[in-house]
Amino acid sequence: MHANLFDRYHHTEGPLHRLEARVKVVLTVAFIVSNALLPDGAWTAFGLGWLLVLAANALSLLGLGFTLKRSLIALPFALAAISSIFSTPGNPLSSFPFLGMELIVTDAGLLRFASILVRSWLSVQAAILLVAVTTFPDLIHALEHLRAPKIITTVIAFLYRYLFVLSDEVIRLLRARQARSATLPPSVSPHFPRKWGERKRGVVWRAKVAGNMVGQLFLRSYERSDRIYNAMLARGYQGQIRTLHPHTLTRRDWTIGALTVLLILSLQLIGR
Amino acid sequence: MHPSPLLLHIPDGFLSIIVAVVCWVITASLLAIAIRKTNESLGEKQIPLMGIMAAFIFAAQMINFPVAGGTSGHLLGGALAAILLGPWAAMLVMTAVIAVQGLLFQDGGLVAMGANILNMGLITAAIGYGFHRAVLTQSRRVKLTVAGLAAWTSVMAGALATTLQLWLSGTAKLGIILPAMLTVHALIGLGEAFITVAALGFIMQTRPDLLGESSASALGGKGWILAGIALTMIVILLAPFASTNPDGLERVATDLGFLQSGQSAPFEIIPDYTVPILGGTPLSTVVAGVIGVIVVGLVIGATAIGLRKK
Repeated sequence: MHANLFDRYHHTEGPLHRLEARVKVVLTVAFIVSNALLPDGAWTAFGLGWLLVLAANALSLLGLGFTLKRSLIALPFALAAISSIFSTPGNPLSSFPFLGMELIVTDAGLLRFASILVRSWLSVQAAILLVAVTTFPDLIHALEHLRAPKIITTVIAFLYRYLFVLSDEVIRLLRARQARSATLPPSVSPHFPRKWGERKRGVVWRAKVAGNMVGQLFLRSYERSDRIYNAMLARGYQGQIRTLHPHTLTRRDWTIGALTVLLILSLQLIGR
Repeated sequence: MHPSPLLLHIPDGFLSIIVAVVCWVITASLLAIAIRKTNESLGEKQIPLMGIMAAFIFAAQMINFPVAGGTSGHLLGGALAAILLGPWAAMLVMTAVIAVQGLLFQDGGLVAMGANILNMGLITAAIGYGFHRAVLTQSRRVKLTVAGLAAWTSVMAGALATTLQLWLSGTAKLGIILPAMLTVHALIGLGEAFITVAALGFIMQTRPDLLGESSASALGGKGWILAGIALTMIVILLAPFASTNPDGLERVATDLGFLQSGQSAPFEIIPDYTVPILGGTPLSTVVAGVIGVIVVGLVIGATAIGLRKK
């Protein structure tokens, strides 16, 4: 597998890439919090929020539609929010029976559903852009500077570093399963009828095979971690991962950060 | 090809800020304890191990098996991690997994991450380890059976917690979403249970020392049994009660001040448009829940025995 299959970083020489990672993290979280705080139906503020996302896209030099194209990822979860249409107080618009319940569609319910979708859509775009313009190691260092516990950031750094390796392991396991543990589905079996007494391979059997593979993956990972630790010790590991990046906040970082925070605050004023 | 397991990764925008912050506070406090405990009991060697184990859980979630109709089952891993690594380390490992899923793949939000870690990492690990700790000295068959039960219960608890958070945020109507989530996750939990049991069985066979008396999996205190029982009781008592009588829960929550006043109004404007109480008394629904758990236990037990025969 290619080592950067999981990487979401897209390199350009854009101004957003040069911004300090801490500033980007804080601004992203502030924008998401701001979306959550805006009341239902604050369409002007939501629209301006989208302009902010577009502006950030433009500054990233990745193309105006960069986050838009990738923003439908949270859509399946909208299923869970559909029920808000019936649960929010407001003027009843219509009603219909559902599984013994009488569901009443309210105007406020529809408004809430639409607002939840827009909030989620804006927030996910901010998060997508964050990882597109920040390398993952920089992101982890930003979290450390923002006082995230060292042990967690270190575990995350290891996870990121070895995810590729273990994913390769998984792909090998899956390929081996495909090659060797096939069973004939009933529909294509007339030429190869199942021999008398041969057990039918049901879903429980498949689950068991998957479980065995998980067990095997665990053992391989466990043994690999031993080797990794020894190798790290041999190279002088003293309990922390080092970095050569200075990670300093410049005046430019402060200015851009403060201005964007002001913009986000004004979204709140407009939306209320 | 990253996995997107279950309907449990809450994206940003679906939780109200109050619910999100409260979940972050709970998660952060539990993680603070977990960090302290891990620092006390583990050497520096454990940090690379936990990192690799986090990558293992992440990668293990990619191993799937076809169920029916194009759907597939796979692992969430909280219970398995807790049984293999001990409760506190498992919590840190699951936190890292969920953090990377949210940060890198937008599988779950950033502000909602506190809730996601709580639902999929902390609750699942506590239940998984609580069950396991109770049968630490028992036979292999009992251990595997109980591990399966723990895995199933942990998924149900995660689903229940997710549903309650969405409901308290005013995002979902409890009467619709809770039965749906619990039914779906009762099936998903079976997959979790089968994989967990098979994986543990495999490890017990090939490397019994990793689950032996001096391993990390035997280090937790007996308090975990109580924590596991308490969380399970909440699932058994609350889930059937809430699914058959969501109005009751809504009223309790309003009385206790959990629901914002803006949301409590509708139940006066639109009186009693909801579910006919299916089972009658709350007692009967509780009994139904207990029976459900026993049935699943028997199914998993039968599988464990089947595995042993091999």
